[in-house]
Amino acid sequence: MAFGILKKQLGLQKQLDEFLNQVSEASLLLRQGVDLFLSERESAFDEKLEQITQIEHRGDDMRRAIEKKLYIKTLIPESRGDVLQLLERLDSLLDSCKAMLWQFKIELPDFPEEVHGELRDLTSHSVESVEAIVRSTRAFLRTSPEFADHIHKVSYWETESDKVSTRMMMALFRREDLSLCHKAQLKDFIRRISRIADKAEDVADRLSIYAIKRML
Amino acid sequence: MLPVFLSSGLFLGWSLGANDASNVFGTAVASRMVKFRTAAIICSVFVIIGAVAGGSGASHTLGKLGAVNALAGAFMVALSAALTVYLMTVARYPVSTSQAIVGAIVGWNLFTGSITDPASLSKIMMTWVACPALSAIFAVSMYIPIAYAIKRLSLHILTLDTMTRWGLILAGAFGSYALGANNIANVMGVFVPVAPFHDITFFDTITLSPEQQLFFLGGLAIATGVFTYSRQVMMTVGAGIVRLSPIAAFIVVTAHSLVLFVFSSQELSNFLHSVGLPRIPLVPVSSSQAIVGAVIGVGLLKGGGGIRWRTLGGIASSWVTTPIMASVVCFVSLFFLQNVFNQQTYRPVEYELTPMVWERIATLPGASEATHEALDDMWIERYPNAQEFKTALENRLGETSPLVPLIMEYAELDAFRITTKAVNKIDRNYLTDEEMDIVETLVGQAFTHRWRFVEVLEESSEAWRPKKGDDEFNKERKRKLKYLFDTLRAASE
Repeated sequence: MAFGILKKQLGLQKQLDEFLNQVSEASLLLRQGVDLFLSERESAFDEKLEQITQIEHRGDDMRRAIEKKLYIKTLIPESRGDVLQLLERLDSLLDSCKAMLWQFKIELPDFPEEVHGELRDLTSHSVESVEAIVRSTRAFLRTSPEFADHIHKVSYWETESDKVSTRMMMALFRREDLSLCHKAQLKDFIRRISRIADKAEDVADRLSIYAIKRML
Repeated sequence: MLPVFLSSGLFLGWSLGANDASNVFGTAVASRMVKFRTAAIICSVFVIIGAVAGGSGASHTLGKLGAVNALAGAFMVALSAALTVYLMTVARYPVSTSQAIVGAIVGWNLFTGSITDPASLSKIMMTWVACPALSAIFAVSMYIPIAYAIKRLSLHILTLDTMTRWGLILAGAFGSYALGANNIANVMGVFVPVAPFHDITFFDTITLSPEQQLFFLGGLAIATGVFTYSRQVMMTVGAGIVRLSPIAAFIVVTAHSLVLFVFSSQELSNFLHSVGLPRIPLVPVSSSQAIVGAVIGVGLLKGGGGIRWRTLGGIASSWVTTPIMASVVCFVSLFFLQNVFNQQTYRPVEYELTPMVWERIATLPGASEATHEALDDMWIERYPNAQEFKTALENRLGETSPLVPLIMEYAELDAFRITTKAVNKIDRNYLTDEEMDIVETLVGQAFTHRWRFVEVLEESSEAWRPKKGDDEFNKERKRKLKYLFDTLRAASE
């Protein structure tokens, strides 16, 4: 009996780890995708889009499987609600990464050459915040002392991405060579990329509360 | 009549099972870490094992407090305790079965004029205060290393979950064992001196003493309480009164179990004595108060916020109200049982300085000619109960005289005649042929004191003499003597 429980529990641990891998991979694909889009390497970009779509599907399936197991086996009854909410928020983060790349594919935004660098930075900061939240989640699940360190980094990258996005939008709306309509479209992209970092910070806030609740 | 009289004890056992199982498994079940069915099965099995294997220690202390010597009296003592527990529960007061039964025994002592041993009473009352305090200390000293270990080991939430589940099950099993061992005395302790049972041997290997048979019955009653009624209480205790994380629950239950174990383990007490430390008094303590003590300990460690001081006040007040209430209920009910229902609630124990006792007094350590002179007017004077005899002795020898308890032991009258009819009632499978032969030679003889009967048996045969260093034999000899005495006296009445 004890062996059976241990086996199930190890299986679930593995699934949780894999799910977090998917979230992390999705954010890395976002960075690569934006880079490829700006470099106008369309086929490589399509490849990343295909990859991120698959990852999003897999992530959904995994999340459902984990939720089902947690409920059926009544595992971690005390913090089950928190863990499930956490998984859903992370899944939504994964969805945002995928949706962002698809928006590039659908709208084909025309970013002026001189903002490419900053757009890459913005994407990179948002991706870093997602990476940090994934590491925080792993630390939370393992009651690791590094938890506080990772959580702090999420906030750091969110602030950085805020700074870049504000700077980019200010510069954008002061330009006279672009129509308002064009500016509005680019603003939407900048806002949505920076929203990913905001979302990661929201997850971090919840995670901090879960961690306090989990303390003895 | 026996089943009718035992029913009150079984009722008390049932209510103990319904209430106290929640202390052991409440949090685990309410937080869905352990299924109710699993908890109920483990709890029942271990309560019974605890009661039968480790129950005797605490019941001896209750026996010293007052030896209820008639079945109807024992019935009323248990019923008064059960009624008090019930009434206090209805009034939403934290209640302890242990305090109720102690109060009821004191009520019986008052009604019958028996002496309440002040040493035993103060020992018991001391442990009531010590129990929650000790439980808090245990909880705190477990909390610190466990919290540290969890932090250091960086266990996965799921691994920790599995470990906590097993921890809760093990702590629950230990808690149930300790509950059975410690609290069975409350349920069945008063019936021990009066139950007409003797040893039963199963498959030539397992022998159950009369006490163990009673405790087994009590354990079954507790188990029934667990299965039929504890679920509701578990949900209330686990989810309503105190909200604990599963790990904190594990610590609290373990601390509670350790306290109950400490106050019921003969072995631990013997061990401490052997290494020169004072013996632990073996006393039934309150399981609920041990739990609350542990919770408060953990609460204080975390800064004291969220501690329900009202609950603490309630406990302190119940130290006074529960025993007084049980004592009054018992006193009044005994009056009705005796005078309205004509039941014998106690066998009057009379005292007299018979010539035989008079002779004995001279041999007592510290006795002299002056002792005889002081007691001269008490010679062959019969006293109706222990209290009056004790007062008479104290007036003549002084209140602090060490001779008083010794003389009282010898002067207790317990007259009976050994008849053929009585001897035929003895179970010949229980006593050996040699032991029986001696008893048969005594047919026709009358005894006025129990100690004299024992002396005659010892003088007549090696089989009845205690053996130095053979504790098992001596314990068995005591049980056989009690059985023999109960049977012979019952037949001669």
